Amino acid sequence: MPVLLEARGIGKRFPGVRALDDVSLAVGRGEVVALIGENGAGKSTLLKILAGVQPSDTGSLLVDGQPVVFRGVEDALAEGIALIHQELNLADNLDLAGNVFLGREPRRAGFLRPQAMRQEAGHWLRMVGLDLDPATLLADLPIGRQQLVEIAKALSTRARLLIMDEPTSSLSAREAATLFEVVKQLRTQGVSVIWISHRLGEVTELADRVVVLRDGRNAGEIADRAGIDHDTMIRMMVGRDIDRLARRPSHRPGEVMLTVAGLRTPAHPAHSMSFAIRAGEIVGIAGLIGAGRTELLTTLFGVTPPVAGSVTVAGRAFAPRTPRDAIRAGLALVPEDRKQQGLVLEMAVRENMSLASLRQASRAGFIDFTAERRLAAEAISQLAIKTPSDRQEVRFLSGGNQQKVVLAKWLALRPKVLLLDEPTRGIDVGAKAEIYDLVHCLAGAGVAVLFVSSEMEEILSLADRVLVMHEGRLAGELGRDCLTEEQVMRLAAGGAGRISA
Amino acid sequence: MNGFGASLGRLVRGAISPKILGIIGLLAAVCLYTALASDNFLRLGNLENVVHRTALFGILSIGVAFVIITGGIDLSVGSVVCLVGVLLPWLLAEHGWSVAAAVAFVIGLGSLIGLIHGLLVTRLGLQPFVVTLCGLLIYRGVARGLTQDQSQGFGTGFKGLRALATERFAVFGEGGFAIPATAVVFLTIAVAAAVFLNRTVWGRYLLALGRNEQAARYSGIDTDRMKILAYVISSTLAALGGMLFVLDINAAQPSDFGNFYELYAIAAAVLGGCSLRGGEGSILGLAVGSALMVVLSNMINLVHPRYQNIEFAIIGGVILAGVIADELVRRAARRRPRGAAA
Repeated sequence: MPVLLEARGIGKRFPGVRALDDVSLAVGRGEVVALIGENGAGKSTLLKILAGVQPSDTGSLLVDGQPVVFRGVEDALAEGIALIHQELNLADNLDLAGNVFLGREPRRAGFLRPQAMRQEAGHWLRMVGLDLDPATLLADLPIGRQQLVEIAKALSTRARLLIMDEPTSSLSAREAATLFEVVKQLRTQGVSVIWISHRLGEVTELADRVVVLRDGRNAGEIADRAGIDHDTMIRMMVGRDIDRLARRPSHRPGEVMLTVAGLRTPAHPAHSMSFAIRAGEIVGIAGLIGAGRTELLTTLFGVTPPVAGSVTVAGRAFAPRTPRDAIRAGLALVPEDRKQQGLVLEMAVRENMSLASLRQASRAGFIDFTAERRLAAEAISQLAIKTPSDRQEVRFLSGGNQQKVVLAKWLALRPKVLLLDEPTRGIDVGAKAEIYDLVHCLAGAGVAVLFVSSEMEEILSLADRVLVMHEGRLAGELGRDCLTEEQVMRLAAGGAGRISA
Repeated sequence: MNGFGASLGRLVRGAISPKILGIIGLLAAVCLYTALASDNFLRLGNLENVVHRTALFGILSIGVAFVIITGGIDLSVGSVVCLVGVLLPWLLAEHGWSVAAAVAFVIGLGSLIGLIHGLLVTRLGLQPFVVTLCGLLIYRGVARGLTQDQSQGFGTGFKGLRALATERFAVFGEGGFAIPATAVVFLTIAVAAAVFLNRTVWGRYLLALGRNEQAARYSGIDTDRMKILAYVISSTLAALGGMLFVLDINAAQPSDFGNFYELYAIAAAVLGGCSLRGGEGSILGLAVGSALMVVLSNMINLVHPRYQNIEFAIIGGVILAGVIADELVRRAARRRPRGAAA
């Protein structure tokens, strides 16, 4: 297989950090290479260098065997290398054709040629399996299909290599499956792909070869498709074995802690939900994206008050009209979007940790700084948060440590019910295991845990019991005895479920 | 060192962040230049006047800073100054209200205006710019209508009340620097505001919601109530400022009293380190920012009286230069995490 792109001895330093040290990577024509590694391993830095977003300090790039220098994204595009960002760069007020050709619109004397544009856009859209009218407004597509539009856009620039950064992080399982098909299709047409993902299942399914980074260096490669397996990849990524999938014994459930009866969320007012969770239980909510899982949590937490129904926490009924009400009743939410909803990024670690419990660390409205510092010190050591000091701004922490700060914010309040929405999204393997430990520890202390996850592994390994949602309703409930991937998927896709106690 | 000394030291170190060192330097440079170019700058009378005017504008600036910290803006400050400045003498001299009733009324009116702004911004979700722009137009119109555009003043009466703005305390003896009463008012408000912002739960909530309102709400903070409070503080301090301005000058012309004062206040806040994106602000910075505005104007008066008609352009240019320098410094600083190992 001829080599399309080769990176040799790439090094990159940032003030105080060596992000990449002598990293090499090659991609053949029509090859899908998975680039994996823990957060902070240097994946993002490497892909930015490959796509011309930033230059490397040392090392060289070769395209078709010829040395190249990328001064910007345009140079990389000219060589047929396109980066597809984790966050989509699309304008949702334009139609599909307008998005595909954004900035490169076919024009005559400065005027757009919408006919020509739509016709050609249609070609590229069909190539990624989108058989839609190119005049459709982007905003009318679900996010998974928007991602395909982004790929069509890249292909329309005659891209030969697509660099995809966590492409499935916000896709449902079905949308992800479509994307896999598209990638496999493109591979047969000679398009190469660098696929970056935390989801090792995808890597096993798609990759021809796996390149592992650890601490900014090459940490090995699995060159043979047959050799790509889960445990090997984890071992290479972390440099040690992590017994991640092993289930810990369930805690003996105590009193009923959370009772939800006839709850209707504003997102899906047609369906009412009822369930109960006992102290010490860890209950997972599975389902496809858009099934109403996040809405269930935000409704319980008072972000979007319920249309109908009652919520009881530890025997006391309350109406979740605002997050304040919910917090007072003993609920805590680790939200889906950590940076937007969970943290004030420009504030110190300490200030984020005390934000919800500041009343407790204050006298007559005046902050007791000694108490606040003590609170932060306890949380930092208890949760093993890696930060140079409690005055560090949270935005400088890694994803896993940021998530621990969100958790720390709630621990001081001693919640009765902990709601977690995608608790380990975008978090590396090591920090994941620590967060699972913490959740178990809290459950052991009598907290009722309700978590939403799109990662099957997480659902299967963490939950004592799983509620599966489908299009706004509870499609079924699975106890440990019948908890399998197939059962969850069947219910999530709308099939009838076996209900067990 | 005793506890008070230690905590005072911490307070000072916390307040003088590198961010406002630049503006302090700029103020020092303008002062130095003016002092060298004009013998009149360092005359006690002039210095007292600079302090006096800094205090007056500083009060407005502290108020508007609270709104800016929430990520909002208050354009109605100058018109509130006008309305109060006109109403106070009108109620006292024309309608014979008692001093206590008139003062309570105008300050209460300021708070009410702020409450209305806050409710419109939070409950109805209107944009702060629009709400307070309408306020700017409405309050001046009301002031002019009520008084039929006639200048309002105290004449020779109300000496006791006017002392609040005109008194000078000769604490350094006869012939020494006399501290203007307005400076005492300003200092009291500034200390209270700094303590509120940096040492109380509500100050922390304001700073947090200014940076990320959603995260603040998800943490159980009643963000609407905090924002309303900020608008109430802004308009109340604008009312207090308007009262002091008219007590000082003794006359208010409804058509131009307090004109542009909102922009002076906002400029001083921005110079002093408030980001219009919200979440940032130091009271010491505001005081320095206000002083810079006043000294610039003083410099033009003393050194370049010929250029008085382009005063706005000069002030605008200096502010722009200051903000550009500040942004460049900030960009350099942003790359370096606080407290990280070197």
